[in-house]
Amino acid sequence: MNAGPMLELRDITRRFEKKLDFAGRIAQRLGAPVREEIVHAVDRVNLTVRKGEVVGLVGESGCGKSTLGRMVAGILPPTEGAILRDGRDIKALTGAEARQMKLRTQMIFQDPYASLNPRMRVQDIVGEAPRVHGLLEGTAFDDYVDEQMRRAGLDPGFKRRYPHQFSGGQRQRIGIARALAVKPDFIVCDEAVAALDVSIQAQILNLFMRLRRELDLTYLFISHDLGVVEHLSDRVVIMYLGRVVEEADTETVFRRPNHPYTRSLLDSVPRIENRKRAFSVVKGEIPSPINPPAGCHFHPRCPMAMERCRVEVPKLREVAPGQRSACHLND
Amino acid sequence: MSMTAPTLEVRDLQTHFFTRAGVVKAVDGVSFSVGRGKVMGLVGESGSGKSVTGFSIIGLVDPPGRIAGGSILFQGRDLARLSEEEMRDLRGNRIAMIFQDPMMTLNPVLRIDTQMIETVLAHKKVSAEEARQRARDTLGMVGIPSPDERLKAYPHQFSGGMRQRVAIAIALLHEPQLIIADEPTTALDVTIQGQILAEVQKLCATTGTSMIWITHDLSVVAGLADDIAVMYAGRIVEKGAVGEVLDHPLHPYTHGLIGSVPSRNKRGEALRQIPGMTPSLLNLPPGCAFRARCPRASESCLAEPVMAEILPGRDVRCIHPHLDASEAA
Repeated sequence: MNAGPMLELRDITRRFEKKLDFAGRIAQRLGAPVREEIVHAVDRVNLTVRKGEVVGLVGESGCGKSTLGRMVAGILPPTEGAILRDGRDIKALTGAEARQMKLRTQMIFQDPYASLNPRMRVQDIVGEAPRVHGLLEGTAFDDYVDEQMRRAGLDPGFKRRYPHQFSGGQRQRIGIARALAVKPDFIVCDEAVAALDVSIQAQILNLFMRLRRELDLTYLFISHDLGVVEHLSDRVVIMYLGRVVEEADTETVFRRPNHPYTRSLLDSVPRIENRKRAFSVVKGEIPSPINPPAGCHFHPRCPMAMERCRVEVPKLREVAPGQRSACHLND
Repeated sequence: MSMTAPTLEVRDLQTHFFTRAGVVKAVDGVSFSVGRGKVMGLVGESGSGKSVTGFSIIGLVDPPGRIAGGSILFQGRDLARLSEEEMRDLRGNRIAMIFQDPMMTLNPVLRIDTQMIETVLAHKKVSAEEARQRARDTLGMVGIPSPDERLKAYPHQFSGGMRQRVAIAIALLHEPQLIIADEPTTALDVTIQGQILAEVQKLCATTGTSMIWITHDLSVVAGLADDIAVMYAGRIVEKGAVGEVLDHPLHPYTHGLIGSVPSRNKRGEALRQIPGMTPSLLNLPPGCAFRARCPRASESCLAEPVMAEILPGRDVRCIHPHLDASEAA
């Protein structure tokens, strides 16, 4: 048994660059205010996920949570930094080993309408990958697909149907069955329940929790919904404009948040228990990731910002056992 | 019950869509009223008819849909019977609507000032300069910094949250008596949603504007609304004061809905879920529409339940309501 972390991200960075085209370069020569734009979507993030853990990744638009999820799932290569699975750098793997490793991480997407090919039958959506990767040796295709569908709470009798014949919640189940069909041990859920109605959302969350027990899965659960993350996660990571600002076990994050951003975020969340009260307000808007504020990215909105926050980037460091926060106030 | 007449009173509203596949009763006998300066939360899941109810009030139901029955009394006039011209005079003037997507309100190729001044002049005989002044003041009121400069910008130059503020400002231009807000914060980030909710709360309190807040999110309604009506399959199944309904839901659907909110459950344990999914409105079976998903359903639910005030101020459409106090969700 390997006691090390299942997944380790070391200084992962992802930049998106918009290069100037020919016309743009001429315009720039002539003095037009155009320039190359670089978005630091994810900026030197370190993260470890242990086997069997559910890590919730929380943040608002543009914080880089989806980009990070895509890098973990292997859909998007990082610009810098290393991704380690069971202590091995996945970039160093080649051939069959690399393919095996890729299959072990699967992703479940937000939009159950856009993430399923409308021209494929459910049996092919679910069964294609395991067939291509030769996971079906000795098992009949039909039996295998039936089993995958049943596990995700779908009636195998519907396997010859197309995605448009299913409701949103059922489509999300198809997406789950597809992800699990290649026997992964790590699942990245990117806002997987955000598009669903409350009663359907509860059904899908329960399915996630059941599958975790049954298949011994590890999740990176990306969401903007703090209620969902609180319910599901063992540990919570909070991102703001490409950087991790706080990380701790769920209990600590919700009871004793350290970073001012985490606190504002928790205060802004409407809760069913709070009646007819003044909504608390974080001032200002989320800055553009093209041109983030210097120093601590949160300083223009932070009620406790000091001079130092404007110039120096705070380091993410331990403030209590198991709790890391990036704020100068902890010095 | 307040002594003054409510701003809006909807009685037995029926909005049906006459499609080739059959008649879809999107709104089927909805009744509620909204008092002056009050916020009414209209809650339901996709396809429950909450948005169509809002569209019906402001007269924006397109064919094949139309109001097939009932009345919408607004300041003594029945909106369901007004001509298109009379309705146009009220819409944007006395009644305004805010949509989930602010780009439903904003024209992407016109500057904000053009759009706002046009709105002012549509209903008021004032000079363009006065109209601009009004636009500027309203932008400031919804918390847009440096409104003079922002007036000259195009919608794409605003962030999502700022666009929604502009849409709210446009709705407020004529100080309407009623604003219908259809999921206006659903697409926004939590911190921005918090800002908008705070603004709205302040505005309703200071201007006496009544509001219908349409949403699927019970927790937003909990903090914002005075009263709440829960819709399911085109009908209101339960209504009452927010605190009452959320603390002691009577209808099994409301009960289930509140129970499935993650914060209402113990962390890590299975959420209480409502089985099944919302039925198609095209071929609703007779009787209670929630019957097939309801843990309390019995033979007698095959008969259509009627809305009844089973406790003071608590209307429920169910013959097996959760009456014992121990059953709080």
